[in-house]
Amino acid sequence: MTAVLKHELRNYFHSLTAYVFGAFLLAFVGIGAVLYNIQAAVSNFEYVLSFGSLIFVVIVPILTMRVIAEEKKQKTDQLLYSLPITTFQVILGKYLALLILYLIPLAVISVYPLPFSQFGDVYLPTSYGSILAFFVLGAALIAVGVFISSLTENQGLAAGVGIAVILLNYYSVSLSEYVSSTALGSVAVLLVLVLVLGVVIRHLTRNENLAFGVCLALIAGMMLLYFLDGTAFEGLLPQVMKTLSLFERFNTFVNGMFDLTALVYYFSLIVLFLFLSVQSLEKRRYN
Amino acid sequence: MITVEHLTKCYGDFMAVDDLSFTIEGGHVYGFLGPNGAGKSTTMNIMTGCLSATKGQVKIEGYDIFQQPEKAKRMIGYLPEQPPLYMNETPLEYLRFVGEAKGLRGARLEEQIRRVVAQTRIEGVRNRCISALSKGYKQRVGIAQALLGNPKVIILDEPTVGLDPIQIIEIRDLIRELGKDHTVIFSSHILSEVQTICEKILIISKGRLIAFDEPENLEKRLLAPGEITLLAEGEEDQVRQILAKVPGIASLSLKREGQGRVSALLRTRQEDIYGLSRALFFAFASHNRPLLEMSLKKANLEEIFLELTEQAPDKTQEREAKRP
Repeated sequence: MTAVLKHELRNYFHSLTAYVFGAFLLAFVGIGAVLYNIQAAVSNFEYVLSFGSLIFVVIVPILTMRVIAEEKKQKTDQLLYSLPITTFQVILGKYLALLILYLIPLAVISVYPLPFSQFGDVYLPTSYGSILAFFVLGAALIAVGVFISSLTENQGLAAGVGIAVILLNYYSVSLSEYVSSTALGSVAVLLVLVLVLGVVIRHLTRNENLAFGVCLALIAGMMLLYFLDGTAFEGLLPQVMKTLSLFERFNTFVNGMFDLTALVYYFSLIVLFLFLSVQSLEKRRYN
Repeated sequence: MITVEHLTKCYGDFMAVDDLSFTIEGGHVYGFLGPNGAGKSTTMNIMTGCLSATKGQVKIEGYDIFQQPEKAKRMIGYLPEQPPLYMNETPLEYLRFVGEAKGLRGARLEEQIRRVVAQTRIEGVRNRCISALSKGYKQRVGIAQALLGNPKVIILDEPTVGLDPIQIIEIRDLIRELGKDHTVIFSSHILSEVQTICEKILIISKGRLIAFDEPENLEKRLLAPGEITLLAEGEEDQVRQILAKVPGIASLSLKREGQGRVSALLRTRQEDIYGLSRALFFAFASHNRPLLEMSLKKANLEEIFLELTEQAPDKTQEREAKRP
């Protein structure tokens, strides 16, 4: 694992990726700090982070797009398979390298509240709680990015899908206010989601029967539930969109609450997506 | 030692490898021969743990590649068909990564890198970017990677494809050299190459093993029924009488050539074609008839290859149609 980690880090610093990522993050948070803390003279550093979290939409996909897609393209994944290391070690090594890369600009950012506290009344626990949440939020998004990169061998596609997914996630709470909250609307959207899930299963397993089976079972279950108790679906869609939002949970920290459930949520998401990435890489061995 | 038992790999309906079994003893150069699409790369990918099998078992030095992949993989160095190189690195950086991934550290790593760099003769380019290297050098870097960690078994998938003649000779020399202290398995669809380097040949066609023998034995296998043509001085009847006494001739045709010479074409079913030619020589000698010419028609490996791969049980057409 350390071999992969070192190799990845060296690669990032050889190329522009690490610098672009760090520069973008620092620039954006820097602009935020100037706007909020200096110009508007607000003493809450966490607002800057809330503003800065938008930049994840661009920089996370840039950082993660090549991580596995490039291996597939250059056929170096065959080397990884033939080396005496497990796929899990490969993914973990790559992920830790990304985290280290992310921690470097974050270390610079975590210095910011200190000079501000010299000139005003900065409540440091909230600032640092938010920085921690900012780190975990980024770490979860990076895990999502790694998984997306593992699905394709086209870096551009990985970046595009990554941007779309994170952007959608960023706005999902605002969007949830506009979507239908009726039971029928929720059922319709869930149907579409089930079909998408079916397509994904079919793509991953190349097994049509399994995909059809899962789809049919889910649709049947949903229909049954809808006719038995239609009210269960009321307001479900906005609720789901809010629950799935990674950014919404970050805002609890910004509002000055240290939310342990949110941290657990982020960690489970990281574990889930790393697990999926391992499976996605492992799957190539089977077809 | 490598044992492959009942190995089968299906891609949907297409059987890439069909119930393949063989045992490879240590310390030789083995050639893996077969036409394109015969299942060579698939078999090698399964043997090195890059691909799963639908059925069957592969054991490398006693370690099952599916059950104990890490231990088994430590015994193997593998160069896939397309060398898996990171184009933005130098050979030295690349080898350091592979060495570390194989568990080498510190002085042992440096010593191993120095050794494989010398062995594959890439000293001159070790600090150049891999993307700037010629195909031959890229191939060598790929082989160097396989040699790291001093594995017992080295598997090379078509290592000479796309190289110029001088590079091909150099890679062949390298393979021969490696065969002195490693078990080397390399695949090729070029016969002469396999014939010159390998001590044993596996011929695979349509996913099945159809021959596994030394090159000489493979030749012998198709030597019978053999053909001998000869030219002798004397009358046709005389020659016929002499030949009638020689045992082992299955069919015979004579032809007068003028100037008191007769040519004969004999066929035999005898295993030992040299036995027949010896008998012919003494028969003519004892009758005081000069034998002017005698030639044996031996099957060469090319013909064996063609014959064997064509004989292979034919499910190809339906399979070919289903190939992705």
